[in-house]
Amino acid sequence: MTDIAWVDKALTAARPQAVAALLRYFRDLDTAEEAFQEACLRALKTWPDKGPPRDPAAWLIFVGRNVALDGLRRRSRQTDLPDEDQLSDLDDAEADIVERLDQSDYRDDILRLLFVCAHPGLPSTQQIALALRIVSGLSVKQIARAFLVGEAAMEQRITRAKAKVAAAGVPFETPGAAERAERLRTVGAMIYLVFNEGYSASGEEIETRAALCDEAIRLARLLLRLFPSEPEVMGLVALMLLQHSRTDARHDADGQIVLLEDQDRSLWSSRMIVEGLALIDKAIRHRRPGAYQVQAAIAAMHARARRYEDTDWAAIDALYQTLERIQPSPVVTLNRAVALSKLSGPEAGLDLIAPLGERLNGYFYFHGVTGALLMELGRNAEARVAFDRAIALANSAAEAAHIRSHLDRLQGDASAAAIAES
Amino acid sequence: MLYAILCYHSEAVVGGWSKEHDDAVMAKLQDVKAKLGASMGPNARLLPTTAATTLNKNVEPAMVIDGPFAETKEQLLGFYVVDLASLEDALGFARELGKVNPGGSYEIRPVGYFDPANTPEGTHA
Repeated sequence: MTDIAWVDKALTAARPQAVAALLRYFRDLDTAEEAFQEACLRALKTWPDKGPPRDPAAWLIFVGRNVALDGLRRRSRQTDLPDEDQLSDLDDAEADIVERLDQSDYRDDILRLLFVCAHPGLPSTQQIALALRIVSGLSVKQIARAFLVGEAAMEQRITRAKAKVAAAGVPFETPGAAERAERLRTVGAMIYLVFNEGYSASGEEIETRAALCDEAIRLARLLLRLFPSEPEVMGLVALMLLQHSRTDARHDADGQIVLLEDQDRSLWSSRMIVEGLALIDKAIRHRRPGAYQVQAAIAAMHARARRYEDTDWAAIDALYQTLERIQPSPVVTLNRAVALSKLSGPEAGLDLIAPLGERLNGYFYFHGVTGALLMELGRNAEARVAFDRAIALANSAAEAAHIRSHLDRLQGDASAAAIAES
Repeated sequence: MLYAILCYHSEAVVGGWSKEHDDAVMAKLQDVKAKLGASMGPNARLLPTTAATTLNKNVEPAMVIDGPFAETKEQLLGFYVVDLASLEDALGFARELGKVNPGGSYEIRPVGYFDPANTPEGTHA
């Protein structure tokens, strides 16, 4: 690794804590970001020669704060000039600032920074873009590429998001326990949005967007380091690790979807699976189940099955019932229908989802699942109707292609039947 | 003499490596290990400290705490056990490892007692 690459990694790792502390000082996102950028420029100049400071984040906070204060002073035409000596003799000041940055302080700093990006008034796409820009430090160009939009459009989206956040006002008071728990929930949801933005990629986007999954996991691990005893945060990290572990197996070489039952399980990442399972183990000890933990437990049932035939559908059905209680939603019931159909046959699955038709009529997966269950029962004409509906609602070319392969199979069955009859 | 080489590094930095970079480092470390031949003992890479649980037995009853034993700037991320003639040799091996995996520190710690138990069955990692 070259010197610069090494410094780069250290800057990325220190970024959330440093920007979060600078946001507390300046109470303004743009100022905090600029201060951090300036500090990074100085780090790039001095770190390669002098080696890393003992605490990179504290160094960046200290330098960033001074540089920004100098800038503010100069702008207000004060005569104080930047004190370069201060920069070359940082050790004492650094130790001092580390002492003052006690654990709980910086924990709330980072949570605040993440929470600002997860502002409920922002549409999810803006939340994701803002978090990737501010917390992860991705360039506008990188984010634009991940979202498949132009750089100018992304720049505008981020500017708009920042303006909205500034207008809403950043909450600077130290949160109480209830407020902190609420922020934690909001931030967890935002991180999962980042993950899904990567996970739902298909075709040629897969490679660029899979990086968003890694980034979401990195952010969630950061959150877990700050809140090490929160079972739902453990569940969130576990859920993302277990889902992401299948990334290499979920699409074939042509970018087509490979169903769970057809995936080559040797392509699953065993390291992510082991970590995910370890985190669920830890979470369960707390006996405070939540939606992320249960979903992670479901993903773990698949991860534990060596072969598709070994899948414990009864356990998965029971877990989905738990999830229905914690987080009632027709989509959860739809997922349970798949498990139930494996356990008790396609008829049982269809019975379960029949009442959902009205609410899920515009939902791709509803028609996909309905079609597949009907096809299993040999009700091909009805299956075809459901698949046609699904294709019309597909979110990507890969989804449409997958349903089309079912239709082709129905077509094949029909011709085979015709030949047999002739 | 048996030495444990304990690997300390910022897990925030290592956790930020791309898969390609991680794979490349692991492959190079594998080569360095291979050069040691029969002197190479058990070695392990640990999951992030977020996966750790600590049992504090200074209190009665012992208390279970989520997370690592200590919050430190650099974390224990793995270890090697090697059988080498001297501290100089152990340092030499650690330097070789450091060349392909820069950043962080290796603590070279002589081993007082060693039970070469078999690898447990059903090891997943």
